[in-house]
Amino acid sequence: MLMLLGLAGAVSVDLLLLKTRLLLRKAFWVAYAILFGFQLLVNGILTGIPIVSYRASAVVGIRIGYAPVEDLGFGFALILLTLSCWVQLGRRERSAAR
Amino acid sequence: MPQLAWSHLSYLAVLGGCLLGTAPLEVLLRTGVYRRWLRLVLALTPGLVLGVAWDLYAVHAGQWTFDRRYVIGVSIAGLPIEEVLFFIVIPVCAVLTLEAVRRRRPGWLIGDEAGDSGTIRAELCPDDDS
Repeated sequence: MLMLLGLAGAVSVDLLLLKTRLLLRKAFWVAYAILFGFQLLVNGILTGIPIVSYRASAVVGIRIGYAPVEDLGFGFALILLTLSCWVQLGRRERSAAR
Repeated sequence: MPQLAWSHLSYLAVLGGCLLGTAPLEVLLRTGVYRRWLRLVLALTPGLVLGVAWDLYAVHAGQWTFDRRYVIGVSIAGLPIEEVLFFIVIPVCAVLTLEAVRRRRPGWLIGDEAGDSGTIRAELCPDDDS
């Protein structure tokens, strides 16, 4: 499943490649909890209207609210990858400023 | 371009709502995310490239479709432009949220703080003393 690949990739970037270790930080999980709530809302609007429609055979069928679990997984990967890069760039700026 | 009705702005409106909804974080909590625009652009790029690639694959494989009634009708490589913007808007909201959490809870480190001394915080956020 492509979603699991995306998740594994983002986790690897955070823990192994950039070593930002956001997955071990409270600030990340609190931010993610807030984002998760809004993700359900936005996903509900997109699939409820429906602006986006999923082919039934393409998703495993587990949904939270309107959101297929694949979307939530990809959302998590996108958020983790972006925030890991953001933190890494901050570190580099700081060490460059020295 | 097909005739535009209000409904065609639906997807754009959702994205606009995300940006409007998070904008107060930059203003009220002074997250300084848009101010550090170059860092923001660089941080977004990997997710944008990978996200669009995955999305293109999924659309061409027929895993999901976009209703033409709710998008403005401008496409990039077969993706509605709104879907490309999605991979910019959502990460921006994510960075704003993380920085907002940091502003509210400075003790919860996110990893780019300077060592263990508090002195560099002023250096990181030059407007902190105001």
